Amino acid sequence: MTTSRRDFLKVTTIGGVAVSILGFDLTSAYAEVREMKIARTTETRSTCPYCAVGCGIIIHTLGDKSANVKPAIVHIEGDADHPTNRGALCSKGITLKQDVVNDRRLTTVKYRAPGSSEWQEKSWDFAIDRIAHLLKQARDEKLVMADAQGHTVNALTSVGVIGGCTDTNEINYLLVKAFRAGLSIIPLEQQARI
Amino acid sequence: MAGKVLEIRAMSASSTPAPGIRSAPVVAKLIDTSACIGCKACEVACQEWNDLPPETTVQIGTYQTMPDTTPSFWNLIKFNEHETDDGAFHWLLRKDQCMHCADPGCLKACPAPGAIVQYNNGIVDFQQDNCIGCGYCIAGCPFNVPKMSRQTKKVYKCTLCVDRVSVGLEPACIKACPTNCLTFGTKEVLLQKAKSRVAQLQTAGFLDAAVYDPPGVSGTGVVSILAFGKNPEAYGLPKDPSVSFAVEIWKGPLKWIGNIAIVGGIIGTFVHYLRFGPKHVPEDDKAKQADAGR
Amino acid sequence: MTNGWTDIANADVVLAMGGNPAENHPVGFRFAMEAKRNRNAKLVVVDPRYQRTAAVSDKFVQIRAGSDVAFLGGLINYALTHNRIQEDYVKLYTNATFLVKEGYAFDETTGLFSGWDKDKKAYTDKSTWAYDIDPKTGFANVDETMQDPRCVFQLMKKFYARYTPAMVSSICGCSPQDLEKAAEIVTSTYLPNKVGTIMYALGWTHHSFSVQLIHAAAMLQLLLGNIGMPGGGLNALRGHSNIQGGTDCGMAYHNICGYIAIQKADQAKFEDYLNAVRPKPLRPGVMNFMANYDRFVVSQYKAYYGKNATQENDFGFNLHPKLPVGAAPGTYQNWSWAYMFDHMYEGQMDGLFSFGMNPVCNGPHSRKAIAALSKLKWLVVAENFETETAAFWSERVLWLNGGKPEDVKTEVFLLPAANFAEKDGSFTNSARWIAWKYKALDPPGDAKPDQEIIARIFLKVRELYQKEGGKYPDPVLALNWWYTSPNKPALEEVAKEINGWAITDVMDEKDPKVVAVKAGDQLGKFLDARADGSTLSGNWLYIGSYTQAGNLTQRRNGADPSGLGRYSEWAFNWPANRRVMYNRCSADATGQPWDPTRADIKWNGNKWIGDVPDYKPDSPPEAGMGAFIMNPEGVARLFVPGQFVEGPWTEHYEPMESPVQNPLHPDGQSSNPAAKPFKTQWDKLGKPDEYPIVATTYRLTEHFHYWTKNNPYNLQEQPEFFVEIPEELAAEKGIKSTQYVRVTSARGSIVGKAMVTRRIKPMTIAGKKVYQIGMPIHWGFFGAGDQEGSIANLVTHSVVDPNSFAPEYKGFLVKLEKA
Repeated sequence: MTTSRRDFLKVTTIGGVAVSILGFDLTSAYAEVREMKIARTTETRSTCPYCAVGCGIIIHTLGDKSANVKPAIVHIEGDADHPTNRGALCSKGITLKQDVVNDRRLTTVKYRAPGSSEWQEKSWDFAIDRIAHLLKQARDEKLVMADAQGHTVNALTSVGVIGGCTDTNEINYLLVKAFRAGLSIIPLEQQARI
Repeated sequence: MAGKVLEIRAMSASSTPAPGIRSAPVVAKLIDTSACIGCKACEVACQEWNDLPPETTVQIGTYQTMPDTTPSFWNLIKFNEHETDDGAFHWLLRKDQCMHCADPGCLKACPAPGAIVQYNNGIVDFQQDNCIGCGYCIAGCPFNVPKMSRQTKKVYKCTLCVDRVSVGLEPACIKACPTNCLTFGTKEVLLQKAKSRVAQLQTAGFLDAAVYDPPGVSGTGVVSILAFGKNPEAYGLPKDPSVSFAVEIWKGPLKWIGNIAIVGGIIGTFVHYLRFGPKHVPEDDKAKQADAGR
Repeated sequence: MTNGWTDIANADVVLAMGGNPAENHPVGFRFAMEAKRNRNAKLVVVDPRYQRTAAVSDKFVQIRAGSDVAFLGGLINYALTHNRIQEDYVKLYTNATFLVKEGYAFDETTGLFSGWDKDKKAYTDKSTWAYDIDPKTGFANVDETMQDPRCVFQLMKKFYARYTPAMVSSICGCSPQDLEKAAEIVTSTYLPNKVGTIMYALGWTHHSFSVQLIHAAAMLQLLLGNIGMPGGGLNALRGHSNIQGGTDCGMAYHNICGYIAIQKADQAKFEDYLNAVRPKPLRPGVMNFMANYDRFVVSQYKAYYGKNATQENDFGFNLHPKLPVGAAPGTYQNWSWAYMFDHMYEGQMDGLFSFGMNPVCNGPHSRKAIAALSKLKWLVVAENFETETAAFWSERVLWLNGGKPEDVKTEVFLLPAANFAEKDGSFTNSARWIAWKYKALDPPGDAKPDQEIIARIFLKVRELYQKEGGKYPDPVLALNWWYTSPNKPALEEVAKEINGWAITDVMDEKDPKVVAVKAGDQLGKFLDARADGSTLSGNWLYIGSYTQAGNLTQRRNGADPSGLGRYSEWAFNWPANRRVMYNRCSADATGQPWDPTRADIKWNGNKWIGDVPDYKPDSPPEAGMGAFIMNPEGVARLFVPGQFVEGPWTEHYEPMESPVQNPLHPDGQSSNPAAKPFKTQWDKLGKPDEYPIVATTYRLTEHFHYWTKNNPYNLQEQPEFFVEIPEELAAEKGIKSTQYVRVTSARGSIVGKAMVTRRIKPMTIAGKKVYQIGMPIHWGFFGAGDQEGSIANLVTHSVVDPNSFAPEYKGFLVKLEKA
């Protein structure tokens, strides 16, 4: 005979009912509920970084932003004042905390030498120096000042920049300004087309 | 760790009366299944708020996250497929969770004093520090909601975010819901709202639209609007749920027999079985769950 | 979006097509649900699959992926033949009355427009796709009665008459009755007091004919009088938090900030450039706002080059790079995404910077992307997580192409970047709301905010030029890097620059003695910008976002006195804080609202009141200034005179890979005549005899693109890649749910679990039984769960729309077998 636990419980409830001894019960007629975990957090207003609905969110962090506190995210919740989401969030927005606090976050500069099969950890200074050197080299070698028909071009097409769909307007603007207006790069693209 | 203290209306295995003359409004959750888009925000909003660990799942041939709720996954959108006589296809999406019955079978069945309480506002809550892991609540529940953890040997389910509600906030799932499928308020107000939504659905052609607030458990704190109200089974809901006869009997005329029956050996046997006995789901049940929401 | 998220609640009919808003924009979709609940609005869903939006629809129609133009053609034809158009609106606000040039023609047998060169297989002469212009005035001739057989309206009727319910059924696979039922609901908004909206997304833009698809939808909305109305419009639901802002701020090879066309190499002088981009008015009395182009370009140059942009050097016209000319005469080089990767594969590129992009997953054709990246000398990736692109050289990813890490000579830098919570700045959402966000905490470990990464790289290169000299250092040295902390510019300062300010006193244009904007003050409105170098503005479109009143993107006033969900003092809405674009159309010829309950603006005798008018604020209705101030015609274009490369009307063309010949012209042109496949070894297209099944790709609500595969909760919600397969097809192949199946295209294959479903039904297309299957994106190699390389783009191809250069991720051919 197979009896599932549920069946078992159903048939045996009547006999096995009691641990309590009714009438002896002196338990208080009050009960404690779980602590409100955001009762003492700092709230920062932000915008969900996923889709373009642009839901307002409130990031709850530990501490009060005093100098000796290293804030950590306790919870992220929808901003009830925001006219678009009025507090609501989807299954991605509501779990944003895991996007910030995640073992897989990158915390060091990594470098892969040509032909290597692994990452090496490097310093920011190493990376910036080396990248700037490679970029300048490409620009010096490949920048076209005039084309075959004699048109002024002053453009570099051998270096591309892609990015920005989750970066702020200001970052996009800085990318455009530094890389196109400053360094003459033409291939600048982002997620919009794809 | 000072949590908030709430007045209670009923408590498992206890005869203590409610402490005072104050009456609190009964809170409720309204689930308008006809407005559910299956986004599952409620599923993870609950876990995130309650700091419950994610479950390891596999794709089971459906959009449904997993076959059933678990000790750390307290509400589940059930994806049921339904074809009407005219051949029209419907994806019936329903949030499955603790119904917060007015007359909770779990609380009645629970032998551990204070392990299950019903607050004055109607929320039915499990107090795990008092839970002995016997699992009687599982049998007492007509909706198959409470789930026992293998690690802690205690039973868990939706608390209706009583920690939030007690400070004047809505439950986490309600707040997250993008389509207003979930609303929170006093039961009185929500029933009004449900009635007018049902009328609207009927005008739109869902002639059987109805409110699901089963009288067998004296109504529930979680009320659902069903477009196919005559067919709650299509949503995976029991048609006429009631507290099992066994539970009623022992809480009623046989109360004292129940008390007399406290024989350690018997209890020990039961508890042992509950804790360590085989957790067994019949094969055809499993298949049914995997089939749901294809 | 022409309107906004909150505005959708004002609709009577919502058409969700080419998008799955309940799934991909669940919170924005709340307003469609509000319209349903509060106004009894009807939701019509047209999609290849019964999905989560369909679950709450009033009418669902399944169509074949890639047949949307035909379905919309059917709706247009239904509106025209049932006289369900808002005629007064159409006459006032569209080019329906315009006469089309002699010589324009469309051949229904070949499916081609006039100007096609049979030998070259290209449109070599588009001059007939134009208006009939009066040579004396330069204005277009019109027929107000719309009876002239050469007027746009009559040509339109004739063109779309072929899109009968039977023809649409044969192309789309839906029943003629389904089309008619949907058409009846959608066109019910032709009445002045009924309004309908369209919500679309990548389901429309990911085709080799995507621009014409949007064109068709715009025509439908114009015929029904729905553009410019609260509750109406044509609403593109953008897929990333700031993809709108990125596009606004010039992150595209073909334009600089504010959709200003990039200078071309054959425009020798600044004047040549301006002549090419500044349109001439085509009707009397129109505003022709883009005649102000020079103000915006010069102000942008001033923002870039500061005092180094002078009247003498044309404000730095030659400091800024120009788009080189292409190989064929009259063309320019194309550096859009798919072309960039093609050029990269051909060895034309040395280096690539990727800020939060993952082309191995998100670009078309993953294997081609890996092959292209392998040709780079160096790659810099700034990211939150390790991605398939950053580690494309690792054995884990590289096996897809069969290579070994030691053969890949690319030097790779993976820079840890701060994420959204760890920096401030503004996002522009799909509704064009520019909203500021604040920093909540510091980035982890050594991670840095992007502004610091960009600034440090740029300043280091500049330092090298200063030290060692080099090729054309002028722009590198001339760039105006004025920020208080040069190595880490404060985004608040950048926001100020994007809006712009007066460099010297700006004088009033009507009264040159009066100072309009004091030197140093922020600009307040578009026309504060000057072409004489006295102002700077990084992006004219954002003028008004950071004024003397402060950073308006930080506004949080939730008041809505309009009752229409306008929220005019919440954040800042480009352009000019206007919430509904083209809102002049919400009022009739006399300036009174078509529907007084949904008045976006109205004329009060002296000025336009309500929303910020998309119009000259004090121009009386009787002056007859056109409602579309950005167009030199002053009206909206039904007939598009030459701007799109494949024709002035929206003909249905088959996807590049199609199971059938085009049923409209079975012996003529089948696919988009202007779309051109790339030619590398990777760019193979399949034939239906070998690959008989139509496939499409999409997102799921539980995941965001390729990010949330790092998040355990999201992986719990959707753990694995799967393939949605119709029951009938599964039965034919003996496939059961959760069994592994292999999907193979001419480009590659992918393995995943089968999800056998009734939500996709078999179809009959041009008399042939056709199945379609669906695959979600979201997985790859790196993430919290077991990913197994399930990248949907392993099977997609890289043919792009010839206007927008968006790849055809939806509607391609595959075969299916048990794995």
